[in-house]
Amino acid sequence: MTTESISLTVNGQPRRMDIDPRTLLVQLIRDHLGLTGTHVGCDTAQCGACTVHVDGRAVKSCSILALQADGTEVTTIEGLATGDELHPMQQAFRDCHGLQCGYCTPGMVMSAIELLKHNPQPSEQQIREGLEGNICRCTGYQNIVKAVQQAAGA
Amino acid sequence: MYTFDYQRPATRAQAIAAAGGDAKYLAGGQSLVQAMKLRLAAAPVLIDLSRVADLRGISVSAADVTIGAMTRHAEVAHSAPVRAAIPGLADLAEGIGDQMVRNQGTLGGSLANADPAACYPAAVVGLGATIRTDRRSIAADDFFTGLYETALEPGELIVSVAFPRPARCAYIKFKHPASRFAIVGVFVAQTAGGVRVAVTGAKSRVFRATAIEAALTREFSAAAAAAVELPADDMASDMHAGAAYRAALVSVLASRAVTKTA
Ligand SMILES: Cc1cc2nc3c(=O)[nH]c(=O)nc-3n(C[C@H](O)[C@H](O)[C@H](O)COP(=O)(O)OP(=O)(O)OC[C@H]3O[C@@H](n4cnc5c(N)ncnc54)[C@H](O)[C@@H]3O)c2cc1C
Ligand code: FES
Ligand code: FES
Repeated sequence: MTTESISLTVNGQPRRMDIDPRTLLVQLIRDHLGLTGTHVGCDTAQCGACTVHVDGRAVKSCSILALQADGTEVTTIEGLATGDELHPMQQAFRDCHGLQCGYCTPGMVMSAIELLKHNPQPSEQQIREGLEGNICRCTGYQNIVKAVQQAAGA
Repeated sequence: MYTFDYQRPATRAQAIAAAGGDAKYLAGGQSLVQAMKLRLAAAPVLIDLSRVADLRGISVSAADVTIGAMTRHAEVAHSAPVRAAIPGLADLAEGIGDQMVRNQGTLGGSLANADPAACYPAAVVGLGATIRTDRRSIAADDFFTGLYETALEPGELIVSVAFPRPARCAYIKFKHPASRFAIVGVFVAQTAGGVRVAVTGAKSRVFRATAIEAALTREFSAAAAAAVELPADDMASDMHAGAAYRAALVSVLASRAVTKTA
């Protein structure tokens, strides 16, 4: 098997390694770096559980090759908090009980941060539409929407 | 996924030089990586276009809006100059997939892929755009030749697309609730060359609804579009929508698009 070398920054840490070119970004994050906060829900680009930020853009890490992230800065759910202080979006999900099983939550949080970046004061409808790439099987979305509203108000 | 040799050229010339045999270009990967994961697509060589800087960007002139092939859907959706020049095009880009897909998928990838339910083909045909490749210019009406098929030759690279600025235009999509592709999508434009109505999702490729174009040329009104009854015999039919339903949707969405252009 031929390998390609990749260097990128993940949650502020420079990383360099040799990988099979077929490695997906989510495999690099979970299997090579052990950052298992990023989940795989569908593996077919539908559910958004695998959402991470690549150079500040939310993308589905199951749908791109790791090599497509060469030279970029990747942020995963583990990279959001500052020490013990949760990111405001994480805190809002916690305060509003925006999760039940938690499987979709890392992707929801990463996606919600992207949403507020472009629309800092979204309406309820805009939040629901903005998160349409993220599927939650538990909550019925009510408290997820409330959490995003709280984070937007914060 | 089958194995491949990965290349990341820095220039357009290098990209084209790498494109022999069954090599494939990789743009956002939102269609291609998925297909490769499922082993529905394979390529001995994958040519990642992300470092070819001059394939990206947006420029607006008095006559048209030119968008580089590697420009992402989100860049078009959030572009103030595009929204000012052709609001219907910015709206269309904003409605593709979800925000993560828009952050990664590109114009060139969407057109080359020629998914029968994709959105951009409707804008390209609806506005009578010109697709510029490394070797020629292709008129929108000649570009989409069939199901996932285009006029592109092996190794031909889409460089940019020039969208002529219309007097007005709008796109309405009746979304598939899970995939968010179009069950039917209709793009209506009043252009210098007349009224154009492009339909996606309803047949094996995007097409112009000439009967609705004729009706709107006589009278540009929502009622005129809604009154046209299209034959259902060559419309797509699947578990989501039957042929007759799709035919009806075309007229209904065309009329809503006319209302939206106002
Ligand atoms: C969940 C989901 C929802 C989606 N919803 C929609 C939707 O609502 N509407 C819609 O229109 N699309 C939708 N898409 C498709 C999306 O727009 C894709 O991004 C797009 O079809 C492919 O673009 P890409 O840049 O990812 O191309 P890739 O997947 O990288 O490439 C696609 C094909 O184009 C070829 N190619 C790429 N660039 C060039 C070039 N410059 N010259 C020649 N050939 C090239 C590649 O070789 C490949 O064959 C969706 C996708 C997903 C995953
Ligand atoms: S695991 Fe990536 S979108 Fe579902
Ligand atoms: S909390 Fe269980 S899937 Fe969303």
